[in-house]
Amino acid sequence: MILSVAWRNIWRNKVRSTVVITAITLGICAGVFSTAFFKGMAEQRIKKVIETETSHIQIHHPDFRQSTDISSFIPDATHISGNIRQIPNVTGVSKRIVVFSMVASAETASGVKIVGVEPSDEMHVTNLSARIVDGAYFEGIRKNPVVIGKKLADKLKVKVRSKVVITLQDMEKNITAGAFRITGIYDTDNFAFDEVNIFIRYSDMARLLSFPENACHEMTIKVSDADFTREVQQSVKLLIPDLEVLNWTELSPEMKYLTEAMDIYMNIFIIIILLALLFGIINTMLMVVLERVKEIGMLMAIGMNKLRVFSMIVLETVFLSLTGGIIGVLSGGLISKYFETHAISLSMWREGYVELGYDPFVYTDLELSLMINTTLLVILTGIIASLYPAYKALRNDPAEALRTE
Amino acid sequence: MPVRQDWKVYRNVRTLNKSNKMSIIEINNLTKIYDGSEVEVIAVNGIDLSFDKGEFAAIVGPSGSGKTTFLNLLGGLDRPTSGEVIVDGVNIWNLKSRKLIDFRMNNIGFVFQSYNLIPVLTAKENVEFVMHLQGRPKAERYKRTRELMESVGLADRLNSRPAKLSGGQQQRVAVARALASKPKFILADEPTANLDSKSTENLLDIMENLNKDENITFIFSTHDARVVKKARRVITIEDGKVVWDEKR
Ligand SMILES: Nc1ncnc2c1ncn2[C@@H]1O[C@H](COP(=O)(O)OP(=O)(O)O)[C@@H](O)[C@H]1O
Ligand SMILES: [Mg+2]
Repeated sequence: MILSVAWRNIWRNKVRSTVVITAITLGICAGVFSTAFFKGMAEQRIKKVIETETSHIQIHHPDFRQSTDISSFIPDATHISGNIRQIPNVTGVSKRIVVFSMVASAETASGVKIVGVEPSDEMHVTNLSARIVDGAYFEGIRKNPVVIGKKLADKLKVKVRSKVVITLQDMEKNITAGAFRITGIYDTDNFAFDEVNIFIRYSDMARLLSFPENACHEMTIKVSDADFTREVQQSVKLLIPDLEVLNWTELSPEMKYLTEAMDIYMNIFIIIILLALLFGIINTMLMVVLERVKEIGMLMAIGMNKLRVFSMIVLETVFLSLTGGIIGVLSGGLISKYFETHAISLSMWREGYVELGYDPFVYTDLELSLMINTTLLVILTGIIASLYPAYKALRNDPAEALRTE
Repeated sequence: MPVRQDWKVYRNVRTLNKSNKMSIIEINNLTKIYDGSEVEVIAVNGIDLSFDKGEFAAIVGPSGSGKTTFLNLLGGLDRPTSGEVIVDGVNIWNLKSRKLIDFRMNNIGFVFQSYNLIPVLTAKENVEFVMHLQGRPKAERYKRTRELMESVGLADRLNSRPAKLSGGQQQRVAVARALASKPKFILADEPTANLDSKSTENLLDIMENLNKDENITFIFSTHDARVVKKARRVITIEDGKVVWDEKR
C-alpha cells in the first residue's frame, strides 16, 4: 500500500513531475544513444582494422616486428600454413613478404610498406579485394601488378594501368628495382593505411628479393568468429612454439585502449548526466516534503514509523526517477536500435574522421548491458537523491505539524 | 448538578471512580511547559484525570487554554514536561519512541481538525491503511472497511478520493479510519471546527451512536456549544488547568 501511495503521490503535481520525468527521459535517452553511437564507432574501427589490416592472428619471426629485417623470416611457411588450416574454425591463412621501402611514379616518390601476397589466399583473410574503387584486385595486368591505396594514388598522381617503380634491397643487400603496373586502387576510408600499404604478388616479391623458397615474414590467420581467436591462437602456439603468435588486440593494442577509453568516457558522460539530474530530483523532492508537512505529521500520528516514512519518500523518488529513466532507456535504445541498421552519415566532417581511421558512416552498437546498467544507475540516483528529502521528512514532529493556526 | 470541584473533592471522586469502574486512562499531574524564546508558556498545568471505558467526553475551554496540547500529551504525540499518562496500565511516556508509535497505532484513534486523510487514497483505502500498517489479513481488512464505512453512512462512497467528498463526509471517513485499528479510545481535536451546523450534527450523531451501540470511548475537544450539549462528560480547561469536570 505504501508502494501505491508513493506511486500515486508522483501524480499529485502533474506538471512538476512531468517536467522532472521529461528531463530525466531526455538526459538518459541522450546518454544511451551517445554511448551506443560511440561504441558503434569504436567497434566499427576495430572491425575494420581486423578486416582490412591485421585479421585475427598473425605469426612472425620473433625479431621481425622489432627489426623489420627481411632476413627475419619464417622458413617452411607452406608446410606451417597447411597445418594451421587443419585447426577448427580457421577460415583463411595467408603468407606475406613485408618490406619497407620506396615507390616512385613519374611525378614523385613515397615511402611505403610493400606486401607480397598470394591474392587467392589474401582474399580469405582481409577484405581489401572488396574495397577496390578503380580497376580490379590483381586482375587485368599480367606482368607485375600492384594494388595501391587511393590516397597514395592521388599523391603519386597515378591511375589504373599507370607504371610505378618499386625500389628495395634484396637479401644480399643489393639495391634492386622493379617496374609495376597498377591493377587496382582501394579505398578503406583510413587515409593513414591507404597511403602506405601497397600489395604485389608473392611470386614477384620473392623474385625481386631473391627470397628463400616457401618462406614469409608474416602469416595472417582469419577465424570464423572473433570469439574463437584465443582458442585458435593457443593451438597455433602449440604447433610452432618458436615463432611469435599474436592476436589482434596484441597486434594493435591501441584498439584495446580505444574500447577501454571509450567505455570510461561514456560512463563518465552518463554519470555527469545523472549528477545534473540528481540535483533536480533532490530539489523537487524537498519541495514535496515541505508541501506535505501536515500530511506526513498525520501519517506519523496514525502509526507510520520512521522507517516507513523514510521508505515512502525513497520509493516516491525512485519511482519518479525510474519512470523517466525507463522511458529514456527505451527511447534511447529504440533510436540506437534503428541506427544499428541505418547508418548515420558523418560525411559533413568526413575528412577529419577518415584521417583518424573512422568510418564516415556510423552504425550504433547497442548492448543490453548498457540499458540494464543505465537503469540500475537511475535507481541508484533516485535512492541517493531521496536520502536528504527523506531525512527531512523524518524531522517532522507530528504534534507540531498538525497544529492548525 | 455541576459542582466546581476543589482539589481534594476532585481527588476523591477520582479514587471513587477508580475503585468502582475500570478506568482505561489515568492522567497524573500532567504538565507541559513550552520554552519560548522570551517567556515560557505553561500550556498544561498539573492535570489529574481519569477516563473510563465508554465515555463520551468533551474538553472545552477558550482558545489557547491548552486543549490541543492536552490531547497531544494524552495521545502520545507530544512529550510532557512532567507527569504521566497511563493507558490500560501502560505508562506511555516511558515507552521507547518506536514502541510508542506502535502503541499509538494499536491503541489510540485520532481525528484531527483537518488533514486527516491521505489525498491519493480513496475513502476505503484510507480506512484500510492503518490495518495495513498493523498487518491485518486482507479478508479482515475488506470486511471491517465496509462495516465501518457503513456505520458512518458512507457505504456508497467507498471509491471516492477525499477531494471529491464534502468536509463532513471527510470527517466521517476520518472517524471510520480512526476506528479501523480497533483502538481503546478515540481522540478528536475540534473535529467539527471546519464543518457547517448540519454536518456537525450529523458527525456528532454518528459518534454518539458508535459510543452507545459499540461502547466506543470518545474524548473530543470543542468550543461549539451544540457539540458540548451532546457530551456526557464536560471537562473545562482554563490556562492549562481543569476548572470544571461535570458528568451527566
Ligand atoms: N509549540 C509551542 N510553542 C510555544 N507555545 C505553544 C506551542 N504550542 C502551543 N503553545 C501555547 O500553549 C498554549 C495552549 O495552546 P493549545 O493547546 O493550542 O490551546 P487550544 O488548543 O486550547 O487553543 C497557548 O498559549 C499556545 O500559544
Ligand atoms: Mg486547539
